[in-house]
Formats: sequence, C-alpha cells, structure tokens
Amino acid sequence: MTVTIFVPRDAAALAVGADKVAAAIEKEIAARGVDARIVRNGSRGMLWLEPLVEVRADHGRIAYGPVRPSDVASLFDAGFLEGGAHPLCHGQTHDIPFYASQTRLTFSRCGVTDPLSLDDYRQYRGLTGLEKAISMAPAEIVKEVTDSGLRGRGGAGFPTGIKWKTVMDAAGPQKYIVCNADEGDSATFADRMIMEGDPFVLIEGMAIAGIATGATKGYVYIRSEYPHAIAVMDEAVRIARQEKILGASVLGSAYAFDMEVRSGAGAYVCGEETSLLNSLEGRRGIVRAKPPLPALQGFLGRPTVVNNVMSLASVPVILDRGAGFYRDFGMGRSRGTIPIQIAGNVKHGGLYEVAFGLTLGEIVEKIGGGTASGRPVKAVQVGGPLGAYFPVSMFDTPFDYEAFAARDGLIGHAGITVFDDTVDMLKQARFAMEFCAIESCGKCTPCRIGSTRGVETADKIARGIEPEKNKVLLADLCNTMKFGSLCALGGFTPYPVMSAMTHFPEDFSPAPVVEAAE
Amino acid sequence: MPVPDIDARTLSIVNDLKGLEGPLLPILHEIQAEFGYVPEDCLPIIARELNLSRAEVHGVVTFYHDYRRHPAGRHVLKLCRAEACQSMGSDRLAEKVKALLGIDFHETTGDGAVTLEPVYCLGLCSTAPAAMLDGEVHGRLDDDAIADLVAEARR
Repeated sequence: MTVTIFVPRDAAALAVGADKVAAAIEKEIAARGVDARIVRNGSRGMLWLEPLVEVRADHGRIAYGPVRPSDVASLFDAGFLEGGAHPLCHGQTHDIPFYASQTRLTFSRCGVTDPLSLDDYRQYRGLTGLEKAISMAPAEIVKEVTDSGLRGRGGAGFPTGIKWKTVMDAAGPQKYIVCNADEGDSATFADRMIMEGDPFVLIEGMAIAGIATGATKGYVYIRSEYPHAIAVMDEAVRIARQEKILGASVLGSAYAFDMEVRSGAGAYVCGEETSLLNSLEGRRGIVRAKPPLPALQGFLGRPTVVNNVMSLASVPVILDRGAGFYRDFGMGRSRGTIPIQIAGNVKHGGLYEVAFGLTLGEIVEKIGGGTASGRPVKAVQVGGPLGAYFPVSMFDTPFDYEAFAARDGLIGHAGITVFDDTVDMLKQARFAMEFCAIESCGKCTPCRIGSTRGVETADKIARGIEPEKNKVLLADLCNTMKFGSLCALGGFTPYPVMSAMTHFPEDFSPAPVVEAAE
Repeated sequence: MPVPDIDARTLSIVNDLKGLEGPLLPILHEIQAEFGYVPEDCLPIIARELNLSRAEVHGVVTFYHDYRRHPAGRHVLKLCRAEACQSMGSDRLAEKVKALLGIDFHETTGDGAVTLEPVYCLGLCSTAPAAMLDGEVHGRLDDDAIADLVAEARR
C-alpha cells in the first residue's frame, strides 16, 4: 500500500525550508525504492514545529517536526513510514496538546487535506453548506447567518447577517460580494493560511453569500505581499469553475455566481473597506466617507457585501451544522470560534482556533508557552498595529469583543504579538505613529498630519526635550486622531500609543540628556 | 523619446485587460511584470485607452508602494519591519543587512545587484523575523541566515 507523507506548502512552512525537506524526502523515496508519495497540505498551524511532516499510518497521522533536510535520512532509518520513534516524533498529530485543545470549525480541514483536491474537500464535509443554501430561500440563509451570531472577523465586529440583509433588500441590477483579503496587520496570518490551506471553503462561503444577497459576482482582493495565497486562490477558482461550483449554474441550481482574484499593490489602508473598493475600481486607495454604506453603494456604486476572509470562511460550517451549533460556542455577544494568531516572541507560535472567552494570560502563557527568548513577558499587542499593548497585569482580560473594548483595547483580527522585557515601549509608540504616517491615505487631516507630528513628539520625548509637555501633546494628538479621523487607520493608531503611555510610563521618562536643547 | 516596443506592449496589455471591471490595477501589475517597472511612457497610453486623465493614472501609480518608476536591482530583498518581527530583533537585523549591502532601505547597490525594501508584514509572524527575496519567503532569520541571504542576493 502506498504510504502518504504530508509536507506543508503553507508560506510559513516554505519560509523555514518545507520545499527542501520535500525534495529530500522525494530523493530518499527514490533511493530506497519505497512505495510512498508526498502530498503538499496546508499547515496545521503549529508553526514552531514547521516544517511539520506527517505520515499516514494505520492508526492515524504521526507528526515529525521541525524537520530539516539533514534529518530526512535518519527519519527513514527510524522507520517513520510506519510511524517509527525518532527524537522529532510528536506522536499522533491530533493528540499534540496545542492541537487537541482547539475547537476547529473554520480551520477544520486546514492542514488535513490537499488544498486543491476537491475530492478531499468533499470527503471532509465540503460543499454541504452550499448544497443546503441552494435548497433554502435567500431570506432563510440570511436568517441562519444572523442567528449564528457571526460578527465580522476583520476587526470591526459588525454582525454579518445584518450586513447581508441590507444588501439582500437593496435594489440594483448588479450586486457584488467583495472578500477583503488585505490582511495587513502584523501578527495576523489566518486569512493567508486558509487561502493557502483550504481555498475552497472561501469560495463556498462567497457563493453562499452571493445566493443569499442576490449577488452574482465576487472579488477576492488579496494583498500583494501574499503571492502564494494569490496563486492557490487563482487555481482553486479555476477548478471550482471547471467543476461547475462557480458559473452560470452553481452546483446545477438556478443561481449564478462567479468570482475573480485581484491583487493589491502594497497599501495598508486598502484593508479599510471603502479604500479597498476604490482600489478595486482602479483608483487611489483613498477612504470614502460613510454614508453611503458599501452595502447600498459599494463596488462601482452598487450594493456590495464587503466581508473579511474569516467571516466568509465561517459561513459554510454555519449552513452545514446550523446556526444553533455555531452560536453555542463563545461568550456574551461574541459567538462561535475565533482563530487566534499567536506570534512574535513566543515559544509556541501559531494558529489556535477556539471559542471566545479564554483569558489573554491563558493564551500567552498556557498555549503560547511564554516567550521564545525565555525572558519575562513585558507587553502583548492584541489586534495588529492598531491594537493596544497590554501589560501582564491585565492578563485576566477574557478574549471577547466587549471585554477588550472595556479595557481600551480591541480584538481586531485576533492577532497577538508577544514582547519580552527588552522592548522599549516609547519606541513602539513612535513606530505606531511612523507606520500611520507611511500608510496614511492622506484624505483626512488628523491622520495625515497627526501621525507625522506624533513621530516628532515621540522623538522629543525620547531625547528628553520637555518630556512632560510633550507627553500631554502626544495624548492630545491621539485624542484628535481618535475622534477626528475618517477611518480606523488614523482612528485606532492612538490605541497602541496611548496604551504604551498608560501602562508603561517608565519607558516615557528617559533620563533628561538634552533638556530644552532647541 | 517613446520607445516603440513599450508603446506596442502597453497597448496590447491594455487591450487584453480593459474589459475587466476596474482594470487599472491589473493593467499596472501586468506592465510592471513585463518591464520590471512602470515606464513613464505607458501612462498616456493607459490614460487614453481607459478614458482617464493622465493625472488620474499618475495618481494611482504613485499611491501604491508596489509600483516602481525605475527598474529595480536584479534581486529585490524585502525585510519585514512590522511588530512581530520587531519582537524577534528585526531592527538589529535590518542594520546588519544595510551594513552588509552598504545601502539604506529603498536603495539599490551600486552594482545593480540588490534593491532593499521594507515590507510591513509577510504573514510569517510566528516564524519571525522574516524576509522575502525575489518572491521566496524566509523565516526564523538569524545573523548567519541573513548573511547567507545577502550573499545569495549579491550573486
């Protein structure tokens, strides 16, 4: 019987040598004349173990990692084709505590299947959500999504079903589904992983959204920094069209839905939905004032659903298993599961999908295993470059949209960056302002001017120039940006800046070296 | 002086893509793939064919970080400067790369071998610090690995 060996093709696995490992395994198979084949799967999300090679044995899949090309011969010698013991062996993949303790709904197939095999996709309940959707009236689909409690996983947390209803009720000769795959936040890679590891789930989610709202055309706008995701999505769309999942008759039904993949051109602000729409139309990615809402006047002025990758990829399981099944996970008004991305200076970095409600401390210490450097944790930034820095004293905060908001933080796209005690928080605050200055679209004054003034002010504090006065000025700039900016870039940059000042005041009082040097 | 080849290729690319909804970015991507940058001579042709003003096309080209106005070096090295990579020492790594290449970000080495660019997140945040060399991704970079990468790029 042919033995199957899995070597991920996920970009994070490629970045740490997965292609070289696959080549070494291929060579060993040929040299030893064994009956084995390699499948390039997505990643299981245990990124500290990448490249994570799995072997399908009689009793399940056995994990080995991180595997270097130089380990391959010894793995064969140890009989890894039969799941043999080896220092790199972690036993059954499903039993690794990081994996075993998750609730994988959106990511159930990621890392398990060959991303571009429709047979694999179908075998693991793929397309059952879309099949159900076809048998329902659009209003019933929208109700199912509303009842599930799904909120936009892109950051804003707006109820997905309500957005869909607005588009469903809107009149127009053409409506669109636009998938926001401009995942530009540091510490977020869930969108990239699902697009590379299970692209059909996104296509299925978009087709369901199209049927529910009356949209017949969809676009996935993927950032150009993700060439691997773009390539996989392109290929998956081609296959889906060929297999009549997309096209004039979705799965043989009366519904039409087709889609295209578009590449961004390197502009962080295009992750904001109205900038993204301008960019998709071929304009500068400048923010539009709302109203009108994109749901009523979106792409090319027509009713448009703009949803994040995670929101759309969560829809198939909701249709498949029912709203109640999904809603039963989570806490408060944060329902279902959230793919948490644990990154930065952390021992066990990776993707961890779980129901809302774990505390920040549990995520960092228990699941992440503390810092990679072995030094004490000093700060954790939650929600990407626009998210607040939390000190260890706030590790009791539960992972829940409202709980984070109550502590002047945000969950955003659920990325977590861990920093050890060598981090300089004044430098991080300055970086937040610098990033905003580089990426500001320039349309509104608070963001455009405020961020540049913010950098200058942070520099003055660092140089000990009238620090007290300049701290007041920095806080004032933040206040203006927070309430005066058109979109989240200018509006949320104050979160990392203010949280750094509030929770780590010691870093903002450097020794006055050049007091009033000007 | 317009180069005839640029004119003909631009027109062909525009004609292939102008049926798309919102064709400008796909056209500019294709032009950059063809020439390695977006030559100034392309802009009036694109503007004419898409019925846009030259100012509008210029505005789009200059808005996005990806579009080059001049050819890059033979290799493009992008270093991630975002927070997750910072937490794993990317700032120090960046200084090392700059010293090795003798250039700053947004510059090309004198021999035309390498262009160094900053990038803000490659989605490799759990295998930080990360870089991309000519579209190939590299993670968990340390002093040795980055020196190898620079040597590879210099070739």
